[in-house]
Amino acid sequence: MSAVAETVTPPASAAAAPLLELDELVVRFRTENGLLTAVDGVSFGLQSGEVLGVVGESGCGKSVTAQAILRLYDETNLVRYGGAVTFRGKNLLKLPRAAMVDYRGPRIGMVFQDLSSSIDPVYTIGFQLVETILAHQPMPPREAEAKAVDLLRLTGIPSPERRINDYPHQISGGMKQRVMIALALACEPELLIADEPTTALDVTIQAQILELLTDINRSRAMGVIMITHDLGVVAEICTRVVVMYLGQVVEEAPVAALFAEPRHPYTQGLLRSIPALDGDRAQELYVIPGTVPSLLAVPAGCRFAARCPYADAQCRTEAPPLEVLRNGRKVRCWHHEVVAATGEVRDVG
Amino acid sequence: MASTGLTIAPPRPSRRRGQTLRRLLGSRMIVLGGALITLLVLIAVFAPLISPFGPYEMVVQQRLKPPSALHWFGTDNFGRDLFTRIAYGARVSLGVSFTVALLSVAIGMLVGLYAAYFPLLDHVLMRICDALMAFPSILLAIAIMAALGPSMGNVILALVVVFAPSLARTVRSAALVVREQTYVEAMRSLGASSLRIIWLHIAPNTLSPAITQGTFVFAEAIIVEAALSFLGVGVPPPAPSWGGILFDGKVAIFTAWWMTVGPGLFIILAVLGLNLSGDGLRDVLDPNTVKAAK
Amino acid sequence: MREYIIKRLLMLIPVLFIVSLVVFSIIHLTPGDPAAVMLGETATQAEIDALRQRLGLDQPLFGQYLNWLGGLFRFDLGYSYFMRQPVAEAIRDRIVPTTSLALLAEFFAIVTAIPLGVAAAVRRGTVTDTALMGTSLLGMSIPSFLLGLFLVLIFAVWLRWLPVAGYAPLQAGLWPHLRYLILPALALGLIQMALIARMTRSSMLEVLNTNYINAARARGLREWLVVYRHALRNAFIPILTIIGHSFGVLVAGAAVVETIFNIPGLGQLIVNSVGRRDYTVIQGGVLFITLIYLLINLGTDLLYGLIDPRVRLGRR
Repeated sequence: MSAVAETVTPPASAAAAPLLELDELVVRFRTENGLLTAVDGVSFGLQSGEVLGVVGESGCGKSVTAQAILRLYDETNLVRYGGAVTFRGKNLLKLPRAAMVDYRGPRIGMVFQDLSSSIDPVYTIGFQLVETILAHQPMPPREAEAKAVDLLRLTGIPSPERRINDYPHQISGGMKQRVMIALALACEPELLIADEPTTALDVTIQAQILELLTDINRSRAMGVIMITHDLGVVAEICTRVVVMYLGQVVEEAPVAALFAEPRHPYTQGLLRSIPALDGDRAQELYVIPGTVPSLLAVPAGCRFAARCPYADAQCRTEAPPLEVLRNGRKVRCWHHEVVAATGEVRDVG
Repeated sequence: MASTGLTIAPPRPSRRRGQTLRRLLGSRMIVLGGALITLLVLIAVFAPLISPFGPYEMVVQQRLKPPSALHWFGTDNFGRDLFTRIAYGARVSLGVSFTVALLSVAIGMLVGLYAAYFPLLDHVLMRICDALMAFPSILLAIAIMAALGPSMGNVILALVVVFAPSLARTVRSAALVVREQTYVEAMRSLGASSLRIIWLHIAPNTLSPAITQGTFVFAEAIIVEAALSFLGVGVPPPAPSWGGILFDGKVAIFTAWWMTVGPGLFIILAVLGLNLSGDGLRDVLDPNTVKAAK
Repeated sequence: MREYIIKRLLMLIPVLFIVSLVVFSIIHLTPGDPAAVMLGETATQAEIDALRQRLGLDQPLFGQYLNWLGGLFRFDLGYSYFMRQPVAEAIRDRIVPTTSLALLAEFFAIVTAIPLGVAAAVRRGTVTDTALMGTSLLGMSIPSFLLGLFLVLIFAVWLRWLPVAGYAPLQAGLWPHLRYLILPALALGLIQMALIARMTRSSMLEVLNTNYINAARARGLREWLVVYRHALRNAFIPILTIIGHSFGVLVAGAAVVETIFNIPGLGQLIVNSVGRRDYTVIQGGVLFITLIYLLINLGTDLLYGLIDPRVRLGRR
């Protein structure tokens, strides 16, 4: 595994106001089967300039959290929110929905995962960039066009002056991702949420995109939330990590600490599942036993208990709270000391 | 709005008949539409009991009387009670249209199933269907009736020619989907006869779209039959049919509005009931279809 | 793209062939002698025989068909004895009224249906949505000729407003020409409006659910921009297909409405000819309209390919 990337050192002072703070965020969906709680009391914070990783399997609620921050879901028919999402001191959930327009773009940008369908196919790239720019900062169209070209150049797209006249279906996947990033950065936001930005790309392009994101983070002191299921990506560019399972945060820690000493059995399991380059070829790959329970049948007690090697009677009946430890760590487990003690040390350095 | 993107598997609805029946009855549209149709059918069936008059009974002194307590829908230009004529007319209009729908579904299934199964037959049959579907419905019906002459049987024949091809296409599409499935190939290799495969295995899967479309055909047949009778090339007088009453009312339209409104209302109710039912059926049986033109 | 056009045109040929066969058969489906039927009961045998010879009915069937087909290629659709003019001429004189009527009806339909459909989609699940779609369903259930009759009742009998039936050619001026077409166009257009509105709604709903619309919102674009610039444009492609096909339906289905409002169009021509058993006109008219209908449908399908930049520009 590569070295933990050097990023801008987050503001050392603990008193510095966080850029974004989630406080017991709850997201419920109305479905045919009743009210489904996809995100159940998620709390974490992010400082300017930090790169926070949010890790978990499909269905753990990480994408839902991202969409909830920008309030993208249909609030009339579909979704109900609880808790708070505070951006620079303002609770976004309490604003009138129309007011979100001023936050989406100029203050918070989002990059999506499903590339083939995330850019409007009937307008050119240039048109959509200019449109985004002009939506938030009126300026003469020529200026906006020039800015669009600059944005494309910034994200590493060759011959940007020609690319602005292309339609999305005419460019490759890697370039599409860069265009997505350009669109998200068009209004110079302070926070960038990247939802699985590299999942659909091949490895070399992945590396380039990650490098691009790191550059942006460094040069603009922009906060980045990196949502992914790939721990490799986390190790590559994140400073801190939040691990999610079935709609809850189960562990939070600085990257090095998480990899060196995971304190939640799920995190430990995830790390163990990564095959080591230098490991014994003949050894069986580790797999966390069992499967993620359905959100329709959330178990009583600790949600991970059924698959946990450390679980006991208490775990099955009492749900553990998210405990704050020293060194900026949090963990949701009755037996985290045991886990820390018995885990193998993974050397990330 | 963003889809949730959650990969949660909802409990799979079982495919037992009881389940489907319950869903059918639970659909407001089906219930409402079905109620309308049932009401009209009841009126048709119990016509002699509902009304004291006969449909051919002419009372010349009572010609062209507006609706009253005695004659609910007024009288026509021959002094016949209009409500009675409409009620008996329901027998003709609904009966003819239902027969057309039934026959179209039957023939459509036959053609569609065999076309889907035998590629050689497919080309020929589908070209014929395309050609027949190339004609605008009313025009084709008019042309055939012009050639054959007015009679109830000819109306049914003409309308079946008009509507069966599109049903054949629908059944064929559904059948093709099933045919692609591997279990059909497996059965072929095990030696099951084509007849067996087609009727026992492929056909049941085509029933849902066929019935749904059959409902819409029923509705359209009512409209086209009424149009034909209105033009004088449909079910011949003196047999009462809704279009026929409109035809009679054409001459008197400026003095006897009830002759137009009466049957017109019933036509609208019938078609509305069937459209509602058809929409409801489609929602229940195949919710994936885009709600587009039929 | 070009191969697609050629393929479609090729597939049209067998269809046209069978269509011509069907149309040709009409005159021969008549029980009894078509010539006798055409001349009526007072005709003498000599007159009937003369007509038979004139129409070529005494020749072998296949020969007649070939003759007829040959005539088609020369734009000779036969001759009408009742109207004393070539069928092609009779048709040519009546194209404009039908076309104007169809265009006006389509205009009414589109102008009401699309805003309706968009509004229903945007307010999905609310009372507005149900009301709009309910109205749509009702509109779909009123046959155009019935609506025509009701409009006549309302405007002519009750309100005594517009002169209801009649027609003014374009030469008399645009407004007089349109004035007589308003009511019949409304009658014809209602059903199409309902169909287009429904399609608009469902197409918009599909599009509003896509990732790129979500991404557009995430960039802070205002809702009306998202709906009208991005969603509608994408949703429009299937809607356009429906509009195209509905135009064909209008041209073809104008028959009864033209009769009610006394518009001298193609539809009325055919209906009148049916009453007179003027078979050559029926054949020619039905064939002509069917051809137009087919061409409009083909044109619509090709238009789709033109509008979607993914199809138009192809992949790099």
